[in-house]
Amino acid sequence: MLIVVGIGLGVSACMTSLTVLYLMGSDPLPTKSQRLHFVQIDNWDELDAYNSTGDPPNQLAYQDATSLFNTWKGGKQAVMYRFGLPIQVNDPGVHPFTAAGRATTADFFSLFDVPFQYGTAWDKALDGAHARVVVLDALANEKLFGGVDSVGRVVHFDNSDFTVVGVLGDWNPRVKYYDLDSGKLSRPESFYIPFSTAIERRLGVSKSFADTLLLSENKNFGLWVELDSPTALADYRSFLDAYVEEQHRLGRLTRPLNNRLYNVVELMQKRHVVSRDTEAQSGLSILFLAVCLLNAVGLMLAKFTRKSGEIGVRRALGASRNQIFVQHVIETGIVGFTGGLLGLALAEAGLWLIRLLYTDYARVASMNMSLMLATLAVSVLISVLAGLYPCWRASLFEPAIQVKAQ
Amino acid sequence: MMRLPWRPILSALLRNRLPLTLIGLQIALTLAMICNVLFIVSERFALMQRASGMDEANTFTITTTAFGEHASITSIIAEDLRTLRSLPGVQSAAPIVSVPLDDDVSWTEDVYLGSDQQSPTSDDVAVYFTDDQGLATYGADLIAGRNFTAEEVGTRDADNDANKWPSSVIVTKALANHLFPNDEPIGKQFNFDKSEPSTIVGVIDRLQAPDPHHTNVSGDPDLVEYAILVPQVFYQTNSARYLIRTAAGRRDEVVAVATSALAAANAERTLENILTFSQIRTNAYRSDLAMMIILCIIVVALLLVTGLGIVGLANLWVSQRRTQIGVRRALGATRGEIVLHFLTENFLITSIGFAAGSLFTYGLNLWLMRQFHEPLLPLDYVLFGYVVMTLLGQIAVMGPAVSASHVAPATAARGA
Repeated sequence: MLIVVGIGLGVSACMTSLTVLYLMGSDPLPTKSQRLHFVQIDNWDELDAYNSTGDPPNQLAYQDATSLFNTWKGGKQAVMYRFGLPIQVNDPGVHPFTAAGRATTADFFSLFDVPFQYGTAWDKALDGAHARVVVLDALANEKLFGGVDSVGRVVHFDNSDFTVVGVLGDWNPRVKYYDLDSGKLSRPESFYIPFSTAIERRLGVSKSFADTLLLSENKNFGLWVELDSPTALADYRSFLDAYVEEQHRLGRLTRPLNNRLYNVVELMQKRHVVSRDTEAQSGLSILFLAVCLLNAVGLMLAKFTRKSGEIGVRRALGASRNQIFVQHVIETGIVGFTGGLLGLALAEAGLWLIRLLYTDYARVASMNMSLMLATLAVSVLISVLAGLYPCWRASLFEPAIQVKAQ
Repeated sequence: MMRLPWRPILSALLRNRLPLTLIGLQIALTLAMICNVLFIVSERFALMQRASGMDEANTFTITTTAFGEHASITSIIAEDLRTLRSLPGVQSAAPIVSVPLDDDVSWTEDVYLGSDQQSPTSDDVAVYFTDDQGLATYGADLIAGRNFTAEEVGTRDADNDANKWPSSVIVTKALANHLFPNDEPIGKQFNFDKSEPSTIVGVIDRLQAPDPHHTNVSGDPDLVEYAILVPQVFYQTNSARYLIRTAAGRRDEVVAVATSALAAANAERTLENILTFSQIRTNAYRSDLAMMIILCIIVVALLLVTGLGIVGLANLWVSQRRTQIGVRRALGATRGEIVLHFLTENFLITSIGFAAGSLFTYGLNLWLMRQFHEPLLPLDYVLFGYVVMTLLGQIAVMGPAVSASHVAPATAARGA
């Protein structure tokens, strides 16, 4: 009984923290995450590094983002930035509210496999046409139009009318991996408009686009490129190097070549998506599990030693060492399984506590079926491993001596 | 004073090497974890106790974004401030950008001493844009010099690249000491990047930076205490933010009144981000508090598990040594001596576990230092951990020890 409790506690602590660790850091787009690359170049001040790690700034200046986007013809890409605006509709019953929007190009939606429930993204041809069209996310559509098919209806912001061309379906990435610099765990934006429209109207951007080497508070521009083979990647690298060198010759980018082309998972690691606290908690949970296992080994030894009489009698009656060993291993396995069940129950409580304490972890602190099965399997496995030595010791009890001690 | 038979206890232990190793390891690991975890907890706790320098009980913020065709944010700001300042219960109101502990909005600048300096004397220093009522609204204590005058207050349009830094600024005491150690800061000058010098006209006791967890390139541990007040009314496109300080105890009532008064004065704008400073403080340290709670739960669970392990093992040893105990009782040992024997044995185990545990403790601390920038564990924590583990062991072994003392002397004769 004590053994079960001990194992249950250890397993639950581990599973709670490892679930969060795994979900936070896991690949949000396994089918294509390796092909999507985020472009970074070093346009910081000539004499100062951007930060102490030698990395270039996280996002691009307008000039670089658009030049690179317009020049590269080798595959799908999306240039983007985020802004916030009050948004309203022609319905007096709906209060205006400030919503987060993203200015981007049409390929954004196919690049990140964003699902639509009504309509589609705007036509790629409209990307450069300053069209006043907008794609709403499901929640914004709910708030503004009560959730109905609002394609063709009008939304009003920045003193203009924008026509809805599409409404997103259920899109809940655990991590906002396409823009980790504006809230890693926040929800995706509420509305999306063409990049050129936003730039033309200077939405959320400083009025002057004077070339700036120091980014200070200027808007951040992200550029994602799909490169589906090593040759494509190499081609883009040379393209990027050539661009930087040309700008260097023009006297603009004065820092040494320092480009980055991280894919989705690499970028998540670089931006420390998995928080330090989560890593520390995971490490401590594993240590805690080690203590629980040591505990289990000791208690199992104790338990089997107390049963030495019973084992001796059974050996005297003809049971072989092997049979004793196997029987006890199975018993350990059952203990591990029971401990695992207890651990699962406690881990559910643990994850509930995590969601309570870290309000933005709602999507990374819950178990799914495969994690639950993994928990049970691991619990059985480590219990059996921990029990191997005690079981072996139990099988060594000699028949005769035990009987005499009665 | 009974003579404790140390030698027999020790040699008996050493014969029982496997269980001894197991429980010793358990104690060592538990010690390592408890010391480090309690250290982290006390650190985070100290972090959360720091005063922000603001009047925390009576302040709240409101952000507004205008969207009308003819919205003029500057006149909206002026009108809103008039409205707010006339409300009953409002002690003062000021236009702001950021607030201590609210890292959602944070403006920082590098500070240079002299325009020919290549690297800043201090980088990422918090800047608070406000007007002449800002000081009274934040509630910071002016300890030297003076507040801004109404004439000194300018404006800053975030969309205008040609903004200038003003000639008068107010700084916190910590920043003044950092820039001009052992010197009178009033009247001294420093530069923002590529700008004319600004003169310090006032020094406030304390006003923390908006991001209490931020570290700058130079790794200055006092960064959170550096702040500069700049007399400029800030606005960005059509957005502005206000800080309101109410009379003592009237904050919650005034929040509702202020929100409806602003809405009534002008409906063509949103009123959002209405946060009291208490909410801001809770949000700022939410993850620290969470970490503390989780770590405390782990400590309790750890002590529980190790305690149960000691109980289990002690029970085993008692049952294994019934004969031995019976003999000793038959030879005249009192119940008390038996109990003391087990207590001593446990004490020795704990001490052996402590020896190994100290190594583990600093090993774990080193890993935490390398990975998570934790500081070096002070020795008192190790000693405290030893005391805790000893107490735990003694309490855990008490039950089995007492039951051992109840083994009747007669049993021995029969068993032999």
